Amino acid sequence: MLNLKIEREPAPLWLRLLIPVIAVVVTFALVSVLILWAGASPFDAVYQLLIHPLTRTSARADILMMATPILLTGVAVAVAFVCGYYNIGAEGQLYAGAIFAAWVGVNAEGLPPVVAIGLMLIAGFLAGMIWALLPALLKSWLSVDEVVTTLLLNSVMLFIVSALLNGPWRDPVSGWPQSPTIALNAQFPVLIARSRVHLGFIIAVVSALSVWWMLARTRFGLELRAIGKNREAAQFLGIPVRRRVLTAALISGGIAGLAGVGEVGGIHYYLIGSLSPGFGYTGIIVATLGALTMPGVMLSALFLALINRGAISANRELDVPVYLSDVIQAALLLVTLAVLLLNRYRIRWGR
Amino acid sequence: MPPIIEMRGITKRFGALTANDGIDFSIEPGEIHALLGENGAGKSTLMKILYGLYQPDSGDVRINGQPVRLTSPAEAIANGIGFVSQHFALVPKFTVAENVVLGHEGSRTLHPTAMSTRVMETAASLRLLIDVNAVVGRLSVGEQQRVEILKALYRDCKVLIMDEPTAVLAPGDIAALFDILRVLQGRGMAVIIITHKLDEVFAISQRVTVLRLGKVVGEVRTQDSTPAALAQMMVGRQTVAVARNSDHRRQDAVKLDVRDLRLTDRRGGLRLRGLSLEVRGGEIVGVAGVAGNGQSELVSVLTGMAAPDSGSVTVGGAPLPFRDPKAVSRLKVARIPEDRLKGVIGDLSVQDNLMLESVEGFTRMGHLDRARIRANAEALIRAFQIKAAPTDLARTLSGGNIQKIILARSLGHAPEVVIAAQPTRGLDIGATEYVHQKLLEQKERGAAILLISEDLEEILLLSDRIVVIYEGRIAGTFAAQDARIDQIGALMTGAHPHA
Repeated sequence: MLNLKIEREPAPLWLRLLIPVIAVVVTFALVSVLILWAGASPFDAVYQLLIHPLTRTSARADILMMATPILLTGVAVAVAFVCGYYNIGAEGQLYAGAIFAAWVGVNAEGLPPVVAIGLMLIAGFLAGMIWALLPALLKSWLSVDEVVTTLLLNSVMLFIVSALLNGPWRDPVSGWPQSPTIALNAQFPVLIARSRVHLGFIIAVVSALSVWWMLARTRFGLELRAIGKNREAAQFLGIPVRRRVLTAALISGGIAGLAGVGEVGGIHYYLIGSLSPGFGYTGIIVATLGALTMPGVMLSALFLALINRGAISANRELDVPVYLSDVIQAALLLVTLAVLLLNRYRIRWGR
Repeated sequence: MPPIIEMRGITKRFGALTANDGIDFSIEPGEIHALLGENGAGKSTLMKILYGLYQPDSGDVRINGQPVRLTSPAEAIANGIGFVSQHFALVPKFTVAENVVLGHEGSRTLHPTAMSTRVMETAASLRLLIDVNAVVGRLSVGEQQRVEILKALYRDCKVLIMDEPTAVLAPGDIAALFDILRVLQGRGMAVIIITHKLDEVFAISQRVTVLRLGKVVGEVRTQDSTPAALAQMMVGRQTVAVARNSDHRRQDAVKLDVRDLRLTDRRGGLRLRGLSLEVRGGEIVGVAGVAGNGQSELVSVLTGMAAPDSGSVTVGGAPLPFRDPKAVSRLKVARIPEDRLKGVIGDLSVQDNLMLESVEGFTRMGHLDRARIRANAEALIRAFQIKAAPTDLARTLSGGNIQKIILARSLGHAPEVVIAAQPTRGLDIGATEYVHQKLLEQKERGAAILLISEDLEEILLLSDRIVVIYEGRIAGTFAAQDARIDQIGALMTGAHPHA
């Protein structure tokens, strides 16, 4: 009789390092079906999606620009996930940061740029923290599931933004539901000439590196990792679990807030309801694909930005819908999770 | 009469552990058969094999002389076997009748009145007093157990397995349960009752099979035996191997003083009922008892993980704060947790695990001092012979080496008090000896050691004084030199000490 046995056994190191590659290959194999359906050759599509953007200077700059918000939300989500706090609310926290940043920016007339931008960053970080505070307190006091509360608060935040933009902040000149434009001295400097890569990219990289340092080299970071890996043992070892998780949740919210500051200060220069096409949710994908490690998060933010940029090329050249990039991201997440799971088991055939 | 169930040479291994080792077991119709043994003796494993939950590695099961392969509970039920677990599988919002019929409806459409009539008939025919239309969530524990029994009977069971049925019951309900079991017996049913309480064995059973460490150590007619004889079989040999700890003269001041602890669990059960004990410096006090008599709760309180309802603990005269693990280790209490995987973080490195309990000593302004962390790890790895590099992930280590991490970080800093809970559970002989030696070293140093273990032999081997825990309080104390295993066994199982 053929006997199939599934054992829990971690994969060898070489296999673990290959995981991202396997996930990407499987994902593109799956997505090929859709591409064929859209009437294009999968090989051309892969070229347009993954290679073509890298061959052109302006497209390379676009990738950095597109990576900026999702790197920040990715870092934000990772900080929380590392200690087992599932913050799904980066989207709302991003908008909270954007609101405060827009307010500071609009009122920053006459301030030196350094001060104006500094104040926007601080205000945005604080706003993200404040918006993250309620679910974090509910979690630590009453054990209310943060997945539900943070997720639902995203919708609440969208309504707040909409109320602001249709009420007090409606642009007096155009009548559009968008805030007044922020002062010129509050607008982020552009890093690469003739591109939209702005200061936010540096802030995102610095955030990622700081969090990297924090997780690896500080007591706080070690304790967060300990809590995430084994909550009960962490408690046994005397780590104040609730307090640490609360702090991590607030830091997470603050960093997500910075993503909102970057979009207002570096891209749009005003607040609009469609500021983020789901950067907060993409952050979850970025953090998960990056295995909650900062090098991984940085790489996956760049990779997803590449796919986003590539989808535009593919759309232009091959007439496949731009939504292809959303499908690829979602498929990539699912495939990666599946590969990570399978990676923990070994299937044996035998008698 | 030929046996209705016959299990022959049943062996079941879980990794390195042999839970059942060539067990023979049989039961006849109309018999109540007690399966007696300490926790971990293999009783539940054997019965789960009979109920199709586990597959034996070798051995066979016969029902009415016919060999059967039971690969799922559904098959066991079809073969007339019923199982009443300690944890009821009932839907609280459904009525008794609905719960009984659930999964055995008979047709795709439900006929509520016919259904409850049929359930009522089943109950009446067995003289089970129960309102079949009552909502299960409102019933008492004893009544819910009756629903579970009714469920098994409704499925035409001929052999009923009851897993520690009295553990959840109040005394009055126990008598009622036994009456029910006798009625079933009168109908020719076979009942297997898993227990570690001797008084129950004598109250209800005709035959007893005693398991110890996965093997059958005795199968006797109940009336031909005595509580003392069974207790002895259950816990092991009558005389102990040469105790490793033979010098009981030392008497320092009391270092650990536990006074009148009372603790109620979340479900309202009294787990500790006025437990008091004291341990002097240079003394090992062993807490003997069958699992589930309050040991875990005592350990939780002493290691800073739980707070009692009332009572006090002092360490060297200073009150021990509750629910504050940090403060407990600051009072120089070394803690060896019951479950070592709840004391070590498997996905962190050995060196991180060796410093986390006293992380303050390894940071400068919140920044980890990697050199000191590494030096600490190297010193402890050498001193405690841990077979690992400082940067290895803890979960890649063997159980013995993981336990050494715990020993190293807790005993490495000259503790005043040692709380050692199941310190050798699941360890091989070499690692066990190592742990014992380390505990004895601490005794020599003058630390007060409280050893909580389900392994009675370990307690006899190491203790200067033995206390027996039963139902949340100390049922008796023995000095090591005049500890008698039959008396300890009797106290552990709730029988009277000199019966």
